[in-house]
Amino acid sequence: MRAPATLSFTGKNLTCTRGDTTVFTDLDFDVDPGEALIVRGVNGSGKSSLLRMAAGFLAPTEGELRREGDLIAKDPENHFTRLHYLGHLNALKPAFTVLENLEFWRRLFSGSTRSTGIKTDARALDRLGLSAIADMPTHYLSAGQRRRLALARLLAVARPLWLLDEPTSSLDDAGSETLVQLISEHLSTGGMVIAAVHGELAVPDCKTIVLGSEPPVS
Amino acid sequence: MVNWHRLANPKLFLTWSRRVLPWAAVITALLLAVGLYLSLFVAPPDYQQGDTVRIMFVHVPSAWMALFTYTVMAGASAAGLIWKSPLSHLTAKAAAPIGASFTLLALATGALWGQPMWGTWWVWDARLTSVLILFFLYLGYMAIWQAIDDYTRAAKSAAILALVGFVNVPIIKFSVDWWNTLHQPASVLRLDGPSIHPTLLTPLFVMIAAFTGYFIVLLLIRLEREILARQAQTLRRAQARG
Amino acid sequence: MLVVVFFVLTVTLFPLGVGPEASVLRRIAPGVIWVSALLAAMLSLDRLFQVDFEDGSLDQLALAPLPLELVAAAKCLAHWLSTGLPLLVISPLLGILLNLSGEAYGTLLLAMAIGTPSLSLVGAIGAALTVGIRRGGVLLSLLVLPLYIPVLIFGVGAIDAALVGLGGNAHLLVLAAILLIALPLAPWAVAGALRLNLE
Repeated sequence: MRAPATLSFTGKNLTCTRGDTTVFTDLDFDVDPGEALIVRGVNGSGKSSLLRMAAGFLAPTEGELRREGDLIAKDPENHFTRLHYLGHLNALKPAFTVLENLEFWRRLFSGSTRSTGIKTDARALDRLGLSAIADMPTHYLSAGQRRRLALARLLAVARPLWLLDEPTSSLDDAGSETLVQLISEHLSTGGMVIAAVHGELAVPDCKTIVLGSEPPVS
Repeated sequence: MVNWHRLANPKLFLTWSRRVLPWAAVITALLLAVGLYLSLFVAPPDYQQGDTVRIMFVHVPSAWMALFTYTVMAGASAAGLIWKSPLSHLTAKAAAPIGASFTLLALATGALWGQPMWGTWWVWDARLTSVLILFFLYLGYMAIWQAIDDYTRAAKSAAILALVGFVNVPIIKFSVDWWNTLHQPASVLRLDGPSIHPTLLTPLFVMIAAFTGYFIVLLLIRLEREILARQAQTLRRAQARG
Repeated sequence: MLVVVFFVLTVTLFPLGVGPEASVLRRIAPGVIWVSALLAAMLSLDRLFQVDFEDGSLDQLALAPLPLELVAAAKCLAHWLSTGLPLLVISPLLGILLNLSGEAYGTLLLAMAIGTPSLSLVGAIGAALTVGIRRGGVLLSLLVLPLYIPVLIFGVGAIDAALVGLGGNAHLLVLAAILLIALPLAPWAVAGALRLNLE
């Protein structure tokens, strides 16, 4: 018998084709609240595709994704508004300041007014060590600082599922450490994380899946 | 009975189309032969336009096919977006160049007709202008297929464009007609009009039927080609991956 | 503001091309202004979604509780405010440069006010379809310009009608009808096209 609908996020028999290329087939995963799933694999093994699929951007060619037992394909908007997706790109507007960038996305995501959210923004920037440059246009920021600002979005708006694609790219050691802390805190409050990583990400007690054990012949 | 739903499966379609194609080709050839005979030898020359009127037997069916093909394209695109049937997008893709060719043929025959009638190759007649714009719509549709590499994205983008174009065709037609009545030169001999003699109508209808048959034959051939090309591509990619 | 400069510059080219004769210019003024406005509006379209696509904002916009259709409508509004509105404001000046008769200015402004939002809406469809395509700008013009023709015809028609003393109301109503068709349909098509780019 099928277990009653849980709070988990699951993928079953997922197949991903981009163009005419099959990226991966028959992939299963299962993330429960408080759990992290680390996706590993060589370049081109489909880590990013899996995350975009998990976000609901990319429809699986075969297989199904379920959130709390419900098919995501049936109501993608409901899934969209309960997740954070951090891809390779940081989605920052160079002409706006650090704070303006964060505030824009926080207000768009939560619909909250300026006055109630301003503290959240300040706290998020503080956590990522960006308070000192809050009023600087992001144009002047280093790649690592931009990455931190993108990560601050995870804190500014609380959403249960985090999908992180190479979250540590361009981060320094301290930044990576902060990220691990943020992930741990998120998990301890019942959040879920799926992260594609290439290097090290010392998240304790996480599941791991490895994609494409053999590199595709080009 | 043809089971249309199962036809949406490429393999079944191929077997079906290979069986139908020869018959369609034969019927089209017969219609074309009869149509040409009627329009070239039986139909009387127009008392005003003389033998030039015979261009109409190519021009009017071409113009009709130009519109008809766009409708087929838009319908197939809508079906592809709504029911996600695999053959719909390919049908639309296969139809586009045929439609564009008919449109070009309509323009060329219109110009050929215009030369002796109006003394000039091109007149900004409402119909010619609309058909010219329709030609641009076809080109845009084909260009977007060309520009996007990923099949699914190209198919859906092109389908959205075809539908947007389809909504616009009547608006464009209406505005061009209106524009033309405002700017119409004093004595323009319309390409259509009530002056069509009944003895001209029979060959005209036979020619329209022949052109439609020709369209179906071409569409089947092109669609078969598109399906095979896609299968070949998939196979090659799979081979390359070992 | 570059769009406005482009608009003025394009209009300036016409007297240089057809000669400075006032009667000729007056005759072609409505058409010149509208054709230039069409081209100017199209010029800024290719950046409408391209930047958001390139910096990852498009993904984030999809995750917002706001429906993508509304985002698309907001984008169209932004495009109109930054393109259509400045063109509208500057167009009487260009009318003066082309010796447009005095009685046509009111209609010119009205026609621009009703017509240019349609340009933004229809143009946004082309912009969304060509997002992420190399050299998408050329393709964009091929897709969008034929769809702009009705706006051109009735925009010019309104001014011409006002010039001969008929009043451009009928044409303005058609322009309004085009806008009313584009208003609900375009954001829907734009959102559909943008979703394809999430993949």
